Amino acid sequence: MLADIGYVTVIAAFAVAVYAVAVSIYGNWKNDWRWVESARNASIAILGLVVLACVLLVTALLQGDFSIDYVWRVSSREMPTYLKVTALWGGQAGSLLFWNMILAVFTATAMAHKWHNEHERYLLPHALAVATVTQVFFLGLTAFVENPFTQLAFTPADGNGLNPLLRHPGMIIHPPMLYLGFTGLTIPYAFAMAALITGKLDEGWIRITRRWTLAGWLFLSLGLILGGRWAYDVLGWGGYWDWDPVENASLMPWLAGTAFLHSVMIQEKRNMFKMWNMFLIILTYCLMIYGTFIVRSGVISSVHSFAQSAVGPLFFGFISLMFVFSAYWLIRRRDELASENRLDSLLSREAAFLFNNFVILAILGATFWGTNLPIVSELVTGEKITVGSPFYEQVNGPLFAVLLLLMGVAPLTMWYRTSTQRLGIMMRWPALAALVFVAILFFLGIGTWGSLLGLWIVTFAAIITLLEFWRGTAARMRSKNEPVWVAYANLLARNRRRYGGYWIHVGVIVMAFGIIGTEFFQQEIQINLNRGESVELGDYRMTFNGVRQYAGPDDLIITEASADLYHNERYVRTLYPRTEFYTRSGQPMSIPAARSTIGEDFYVLLILWEQTSSASAVFRIYLNPLINWVWAGGFIFVLGTMIAAWPDPVDNTVAAASVRRRRPSLAAGD
Amino acid sequence: MEIHGEEKGRFLFNLSANLRAILRESPRHFLKLLILPLALLWVSGQAHAQQPVGAVTDNEVNEVARDIYCPVCENVPLDVCPTQACADWRTIIRQQLAEGQTKEEIIDYFAVRYGEQIRSAPPRYGIFWFFWLIPVLGVGLAAIFFGRYVWQLQKRPSTSKPPGVTAVAKEDYLAQVEKELGKK
Repeated sequence: MLADIGYVTVIAAFAVAVYAVAVSIYGNWKNDWRWVESARNASIAILGLVVLACVLLVTALLQGDFSIDYVWRVSSREMPTYLKVTALWGGQAGSLLFWNMILAVFTATAMAHKWHNEHERYLLPHALAVATVTQVFFLGLTAFVENPFTQLAFTPADGNGLNPLLRHPGMIIHPPMLYLGFTGLTIPYAFAMAALITGKLDEGWIRITRRWTLAGWLFLSLGLILGGRWAYDVLGWGGYWDWDPVENASLMPWLAGTAFLHSVMIQEKRNMFKMWNMFLIILTYCLMIYGTFIVRSGVISSVHSFAQSAVGPLFFGFISLMFVFSAYWLIRRRDELASENRLDSLLSREAAFLFNNFVILAILGATFWGTNLPIVSELVTGEKITVGSPFYEQVNGPLFAVLLLLMGVAPLTMWYRTSTQRLGIMMRWPALAALVFVAILFFLGIGTWGSLLGLWIVTFAAIITLLEFWRGTAARMRSKNEPVWVAYANLLARNRRRYGGYWIHVGVIVMAFGIIGTEFFQQEIQINLNRGESVELGDYRMTFNGVRQYAGPDDLIITEASADLYHNERYVRTLYPRTEFYTRSGQPMSIPAARSTIGEDFYVLLILWEQTSSASAVFRIYLNPLINWVWAGGFIFVLGTMIAAWPDPVDNTVAAASVRRRRPSLAAGD
Repeated sequence: MEIHGEEKGRFLFNLSANLRAILRESPRHFLKLLILPLALLWVSGQAHAQQPVGAVTDNEVNEVARDIYCPVCENVPLDVCPTQACADWRTIIRQQLAEGQTKEEIIDYFAVRYGEQIRSAPPRYGIFWFFWLIPVLGVGLAAIFFGRYVWQLQKRPSTSKPPGVTAVAKEDYLAQVEKELGKK
């Protein structure tokens, strides 16, 4: 019964989405606002229906209704309640439904917003049509291909239980963050297409969607960071990023979005690169769909194979359709999108943004190439190959270094042009200070040439970025006669976008220190220890106490080792690395134990143990320098994005005023 | 020892080919076939799998195993792969290291038997070279187009005169910051 209602709800949502697309197009064509408003109301109805479908599926999960195939696949009676709820996105069909819900939230909210604003009213109907086309596709998948309410011929007594890899808190939050990011980026795309279709190509669409873009980008960033944390805590290889195709699938739209967020500033400030910005937002959207396609089709073999299914060709068709549709409008409007202004100097803020875009797109291109290389190789040579981290480290490593260097220099440049002399003076001392820091490391015998170059770049960028904060604060202290913290707080509050952006840079820099630390200075050892024996690594000594085995919740058998950790011969704590074995799925998981400090992680994995006597065990130990800087940097990054995206009432007034000012010229120009 | 390793390798190759055939036919059946017995083996007698052969340490085995990807699992290097098949492959690495083979020779041994996909990155011979060259050429070509585009942008006559552009260029940066902040 519940399954039947659920399925009818999904079908109804699909039908309403088709209706919304049809009437929004018809309403635009006939210029009849009643139809367009009906389409907007339909988007709210879709939200209601999809929320209802999700509630029904969660109810089935909580009740343990194993007559529903999805419930049987991803849950079991013994699972704790919170996991039964999060099992909504623990498998293909449920996560697609959940995806639909988030997309519906974004679409309904964005479309309900400022409907009566005269300027935005032109774009909204078309944006609504584009956004609901995306909804039709995803709801169609849920309704006809991946129906989460499919019933089994009989009712099993118990279910399979959630994939053990997905029972970690990081994995519970990580998928919703990615979905929020992906679907959030649909909104700026929809408005960009609306601008292309209507020919209203000023920065109106950018202004409307700036916060949507930032929010989507923020969630995508959070998804990436949490995914990394999950890998570090659960996958048990001592790392957090492995250039897996599914990781790349979320990184690529993030990169395109990053390029867009930078280049869009040139359009706002100098009315340049309209075509380029359109291209970037279309690229972001297509990569978002492509990323979903990679994850869900299993087209490229990957550790994330749990999401495999037969949806590949449909995704491929949809990406092609949207790409052709976008390219058609982009080409049709190419003359109107041409840059009106010239680039005054290569040493200018706009040129810096251009270089930044070039490098980001180079990284994106190389990542796209690497991700698809297994398929290309199979097609061209007949041989499937693996494209693992060595490929990306060699190709993308230098590009990331250039990007960081640009990130350091760019804030020093000014719009229109900056004099070489001025730039030299500004860069001189930070460059020298970074050099002194690196020279000290060199004479202490720390690091290779590659790591020292990386550290120089990051230190240089760090000094410049921090000096930017100081200059701004000092300028306020002088001009407004404010004490330092008041000046700083006001600086941030009144220039959220600029200084929020710099905080994002600080986050990236802190993360870069962490990445260099783990990439270049990681130490690793695997050793067999008898009870009472010790192993030394860095300043640490670990003594093995023994192994015990016990039954965990559900079908879990836990084997846990105990080892005392000493730092410089002082007892620190006892570590309990463990192996979890899920008997039903036969899946082993190695859960590390770690001692975390700001300087490093002592990270231990239990690999093997003597079964009968528990007298010996094999451990794999990693010393990960600066690993916690990656997480700290991620936190700062998110904070910076929130500062930049925080709604600012002053902004709206200014924006409204600028719209009023601009309107006559718009009419003339367009 | 060598013959033993060869035989074992051939056996595992046949096993992996069979498993892959089953995987194509029925993935879920394959999982049951693969995981359950492996899991039983894994739980019951794993400490035997990595007993040292000669003086080869686990660290030396890992140093090679990290650059060999499991042929049957997905995107997992041998040094972290938890399956019994990978434990056996690590034993082969250990034996070959004990016989004095180099890392490259061992990787080649696996590549010949299980295909180029066991390498952690595309190999550097024949057509595979292009796979490395294409991103480099791509970035190079893009840089040329980008350079041309920027050059054209610089040549273009400006339609709107920037407000006080000459003044800005001559101004002290700090004064510029102060000016911007003063507006707020």
